[in-house]
Amino acid sequence: MSVENPKTRIVEIEPLTRVEGHGKVTVHLDHDHNVVEARLHIVEFRGFERFIRGRLLWEVPVIVQRLCGICPVSHHLAAAKAMDAIVGADVLPPTAEKMRRLMHYGQIMQSHVLHFFHLSSPDLLFGFGAPVKKRNVFSVIKEFPELARQGVMLRKYGQEVIEYTAGKKIHGTGAIPGGINKNLSIRERDALLGNIERMIRWAGGAVGVAKDYTLSHLPQVEQFANFKSNHLSLVRDDGALDLYHGNLRAIDASGNIIFDQVDYTRFNDYLMEEVRPWSYMKFPFIKSRGNLDGWYRVGPLSRLNNVSYIDTPLAEKEYRTFREFSRRKPNHMTLAYHWARMIEVLHCVEKIHELLLDTDLQGTDLRVTGARREEGIGVIEAPRGSLFHHYKVDEHDQVTYCNLIVSTTHNNSGLNRAVTDVARKYVGGKKRITEGLLNHVEVAVRAYDPCLSCATHALGQMPLVVELFDAQGHLLHTNSQYVDRPAAGLKP
Amino acid sequence: MNKTMRITVDGRKIRASPGQTIMDACDDAGVYVPRLCDVEGLVPQGSCRVCTVKADGHTVAACTEPAEPGMKVENDTLEIKNYRRDLVRMLFHEGNHLCPICEASGRCELQAMAYRLRISQATKYPYLQPVRPVDASHPDIALDNNRCILCGRCIRASRDVDGKHVFEYVGRGIHKRIGVNAENLAATNASIDDYAMSLEVCPVGCIIRKREGFFAPIGARQFDREPIGMDVETRQEHHVPKRRPDPAFGNDGTK
Repeated sequence: MSVENPKTRIVEIEPLTRVEGHGKVTVHLDHDHNVVEARLHIVEFRGFERFIRGRLLWEVPVIVQRLCGICPVSHHLAAAKAMDAIVGADVLPPTAEKMRRLMHYGQIMQSHVLHFFHLSSPDLLFGFGAPVKKRNVFSVIKEFPELARQGVMLRKYGQEVIEYTAGKKIHGTGAIPGGINKNLSIRERDALLGNIERMIRWAGGAVGVAKDYTLSHLPQVEQFANFKSNHLSLVRDDGALDLYHGNLRAIDASGNIIFDQVDYTRFNDYLMEEVRPWSYMKFPFIKSRGNLDGWYRVGPLSRLNNVSYIDTPLAEKEYRTFREFSRRKPNHMTLAYHWARMIEVLHCVEKIHELLLDTDLQGTDLRVTGARREEGIGVIEAPRGSLFHHYKVDEHDQVTYCNLIVSTTHNNSGLNRAVTDVARKYVGGKKRITEGLLNHVEVAVRAYDPCLSCATHALGQMPLVVELFDAQGHLLHTNSQYVDRPAAGLKP
Repeated sequence: MNKTMRITVDGRKIRASPGQTIMDACDDAGVYVPRLCDVEGLVPQGSCRVCTVKADGHTVAACTEPAEPGMKVENDTLEIKNYRRDLVRMLFHEGNHLCPICEASGRCELQAMAYRLRISQATKYPYLQPVRPVDASHPDIALDNNRCILCGRCIRASRDVDGKHVFEYVGRGIHKRIGVNAENLAATNASIDDYAMSLEVCPVGCIIRKREGFFAPIGARQFDREPIGMDVETRQEHHVPKRRPDPAFGNDGTK
């Protein structure tokens, strides 16, 4: 049944809370209150791709990271990698590459931890149907103080890694085209090494929390937005998890390879983007599978489904458990994103430890340049998934073209699918929508850790309002997830 | 006539040589008078007015006003500081000064002056948000007029030190801009080795030395280390007179 059918009514959940940015969910109901379809609408627009034109190439990594305050390093590094290609820096000096990697592991770690402990843990610890007043980070601090403390300290550590590599905790300047602008001083190294053992222990504990949640809530986790999809990520040339650099691998729902070890500069040969009129966010798909079957997911879950192994011992052990759980087939459960995310945190902390012991970080050979090119593509595994930056630069060093495909855009179809799936189970068939039921839709969205400001390159805040429309498209019911906002009211 | 004189700055007596400006006398005595259009090594022109002081009750530009025996100068008073704040704020509102993405951040005198004057947020003035193109035609230098504050330091450096006349003011009033003496910078005889293109001449991020942006890490940039003016305020102990072009040579100056 088409959602444009006059016999449907629409439930809107707008804006979403505890996701980065501003989105709106509409649930389209028929006369029997059954869900026809649910859509995650992206209604904001920023235009970074347009106003970056004319700027100078070395400014780009610093400008584009302003897309976001949560994972600016990912944009910073993806842009820097693209600019490396343009300035002809095909192989970076070891100090530069390792400093960038250190920055990136710090970034993924702090972003994942923020998402798990600060944004998602209230849902997992108190249940999706718990009252809004309880379902927040302050309740977590009150009832699980040690867990909350570890979350805060893990994030702080990740941000310190960023500060020592980029100069600032948020929006630094470390990566420059062809290299990096600083090395790691002995003082900085020792400050980080002083706490690393504890961070590894806590990260291991966080994996335990996510794993235990998944296993002890199996009936719910298996029911909740569990749907088959393709998965895409970078993998190292030996198939290992590599968050900073690698080649593209895509698998189908059964785990069969669609393509593997594809040079990411050729992504245009393998991926396409579809535009739909109701969202500013595009819908990418794998060309060879077409726009109906070619949609895919990215991010921690997809990465762990995709890679062959993890090259750090503790994370590898957890990864094996993760894979055995789904009998080495792709895990499609939306809530398993949390588990995968925490395994990645453990991997990042182990990688940080490994790097801190590497004397290359104190090297002084910081940058390199080579034969100039007009075009550069940089791809990185950002916390939320594969991040593509594509630029063209003219002979005057000015940007003439920019295309950014961010992680949440890759997950667009998956997000819509998850929202529809959850809405069918939890929202449909009811005349009014309770907070708890609404939050099930939100939890599905939140599991993808979507960064909607990035995805639309949109300025946004993070509120939540819900709107319910009748079959003729009239607004019936508005509900709000703001604790301090006027309560729900009926509208004619 | 060569006898030194005494002037009073905010109640403190300092020495001044005949022919010295108020600012030079203050600099020698370790008293900082904020300034943007004036820089050591160039002839002062008194256009930004950030160095405004009161001399015997009259507001004057300290960089051009000669010191007089017994002159009473008000420099660090609330009234004067408020004038300076307004002047600096208006510069921010007139151009497109986006510190977060500017490669001059951390060494920008306008930004440092705002910090020194404790300007930290938007004010009552509207942002004019002018649309000004970037001239990136030159292989080694780019000009981003969005960040220009019309201090004219590049004009004087090119004319008086490099002897080249690459830059000049064009237009009047609010439309006044810095122009180059050809269709674009690439068509001039400008060179990256010109004094006018050195980092010390442009106080903001208008003159850009290509492919050097963000080389200095955060924490190691000029004003990360010390606030603007501190070099003058710590000068007293050494008492190094300022380097100035000899007035006898007029505008043809010396390097």
